[in-house]
Amino acid sequence: MSLVELRNVSKIYRLGEEEIRALDDVSLDIDEGEFISIIGPSGSGKSTLMHILGCLDSPTRGTIKLDGVMIHDASARQLATMRNRKIGFVFQFFNLLPKLSVVQNVELPMIYSGVSGRERRERAMASLEAVGMANRAKHRPSQLSGGQQQRAAIARALVNGPKIVFADEPTGNLDSHTGEAILSLFRKLSTEGRTIVLVTHDPEIAAVTPRRIEIRDGKIAEKVDLTLAGLDRPHVVRSPEDKLAS
Amino acid sequence: MSQQSEVIRHSSGQLVTTITAGFREIWAHKFRSLLTMLGIILGVSSLVAMSALVAGMEKGAKEALVAIGGLEKVRIEPREVPVEQRHLIDQAVGITLNDVYALQESAPLVTRLSPEMRLPATVSGNGKSFRPWGLAGVWPVALEMSEHVIEHGRMFNEIDDEMARNVCVIGTRTRDELWGSPERTGIEVIPIGETIYINGVPFIIIGMFQHYESEQERKARELAQREGNQTQQDVVTRDRGRGRRGGNFVFWLKNSTIYIPLNTMWMKFRSGVTLTGFGPGFQATGGAGGATGDPRLSTLELKIASVDTLPEALQQIRNVLMSTHRGIEDFTFRTQEEWAENINNFIRNARLSGGLIAGISLLVGGIGIMNIMLASISERVREIGIRKSVGASTADIFVQILVESVVIAVLGGLAGLATSFALVQMLSSLSPTENAPIVTVSAMGVAFGFSVMIGILAGIFPAIKAARLNPIQALRYE
Repeated sequence: MSLVELRNVSKIYRLGEEEIRALDDVSLDIDEGEFISIIGPSGSGKSTLMHILGCLDSPTRGTIKLDGVMIHDASARQLATMRNRKIGFVFQFFNLLPKLSVVQNVELPMIYSGVSGRERRERAMASLEAVGMANRAKHRPSQLSGGQQQRAAIARALVNGPKIVFADEPTGNLDSHTGEAILSLFRKLSTEGRTIVLVTHDPEIAAVTPRRIEIRDGKIAEKVDLTLAGLDRPHVVRSPEDKLAS
Repeated sequence: MSQQSEVIRHSSGQLVTTITAGFREIWAHKFRSLLTMLGIILGVSSLVAMSALVAGMEKGAKEALVAIGGLEKVRIEPREVPVEQRHLIDQAVGITLNDVYALQESAPLVTRLSPEMRLPATVSGNGKSFRPWGLAGVWPVALEMSEHVIEHGRMFNEIDDEMARNVCVIGTRTRDELWGSPERTGIEVIPIGETIYINGVPFIIIGMFQHYESEQERKARELAQREGNQTQQDVVTRDRGRGRRGGNFVFWLKNSTIYIPLNTMWMKFRSGVTLTGFGPGFQATGGAGGATGDPRLSTLELKIASVDTLPEALQQIRNVLMSTHRGIEDFTFRTQEEWAENINNFIRNARLSGGLIAGISLLVGGIGIMNIMLASISERVREIGIRKSVGASTADIFVQILVESVVIAVLGGLAGLATSFALVQMLSSLSPTENAPIVTVSAMGVAFGFSVMIGILAGIFPAIKAARLNPIQALRYE
């Protein structure tokens, strides 16, 4: 049984008379332990797909089963619980709370799952340890470099033991060297058995994942399975953004 | 079902964390939070101070009420004959000693009767003279009736009255006017045995009442005494000057009393052999006075057994008097109950209007909180988005914002309670009333409760607004 089962999912926005299909009849399965990237240009619908998979949004049509739970028509409270227990997010802009220390940021999900103070601290420290950030626990996010902030954000995403981690352009705000380190951290997590979904517009970044899904105009355009192809990277021209970053 | 109970358990465990977070948020914006609290601080402290002022006034008024003889006292005063009985005006006898005897016989609900004849008089002695307010011929029972206490000498007795002796008992004001007050002269003159002249008739002072004063006045005087001689002069003369106005008028009047025996009053001043020709003020209304003597009493005070039987007692007295007055209603009752009711009315009004004003300032404080909470959440849209993305439910965000608002209100309320003491001190030194404000625990409780309520009310709208934010849009918010 797949961890995620997406069946004929559509997300339709209405702008006056116009109907915008951000997602158009998408079906997708993700197995437990998979390392997968969703790739597509901006406006393709990849963010909408991630939001729906990540329980931040509900589809207009179609069904979604996440870890055995039907979530396409779940209440806001049920979605919040799903986000809290089953899902971890890593964002492009790290999204750490600037007023809290790193360890307090990592504790945040556990506050909403009602973990007691001491256990919260222990688990947060363990999670920071796993991403190599234990020695920065007391720092404020503003005192850290981008890469360190992203590691802290990853520690936060993992701390509640989620079934699936979504990373939305996790390297988009980092230089290529740091970005590489973050990607290898994801790779390491993947080898530890985590299910990771990488959302990016950059084919080169997407190339690190064995399985890639390309979204174009709200539809799945192609599925590339590189596991059998021996991980040979397709030749792509680096985008201008990446050149700026490096 | 199980999920829901789980959520409830979580929220209760989270509360401490949420409150801590609220404090942290307030601490992060110290100055802004202080300004916001200021509204609540002022509201709470003015509510407490207002209620303290009113409580002080109430206590002063009740003290004064007791000083003039309590609620059981009823005064019978002469009144103009009603219009429909005008043709009988010649037969109106007025209130006389006959009524007193009749009441003693036939009105069992009346426990004590004190007839009184007043006389406008000039009193002189020790080379000075003044016009007292309350020269009255009374029976010895007047002492208990008007709650007088003899401090020096004695009250005149039935024999003095019977013999119509020229003796008098004075209040401290007579002493102060003729011999000087202890505060001014530095020594306390006790003029027992001295002679004073009332309208030219010599009287021997056989007793003097104690000095009546409100509790606060007494404290002030004792304090001044303790502070030593140098400051004493200053403080107390000023205090004396104040004593003539405001709430202490009752005590001033009481200190102005001069009592002489009723019989003496009758023999020396009323029975037609008037020595100086002064008549009572109401003489114009009646016809029976003049050279043949005026047996009418100025007032008749009486005490009834208990306040509960007041209506019955009044009816009894009325029946007796209607018979002795041959059906002519030339008398009226004045009960302290009316006064007590007036006091209560006044207190209620003062409380209501003061409470309203303080309530409005609390309301303004609440609006301030709401304003700052709205500003705060629009600053923190992204934070709310992040919290939602890691699993905060709508309820979690709602509680978080509400708790912040309540924490501001509670802190403001506590600070307001502390401030109220200072405010009360300031008001009591500025306010015209003589009565020290009394800070009551219940007033503090009510004010604090109100501030918490205001905090909740002010937080609800911003909390709903924050909780309803769409997590995706909130995360994108710059």
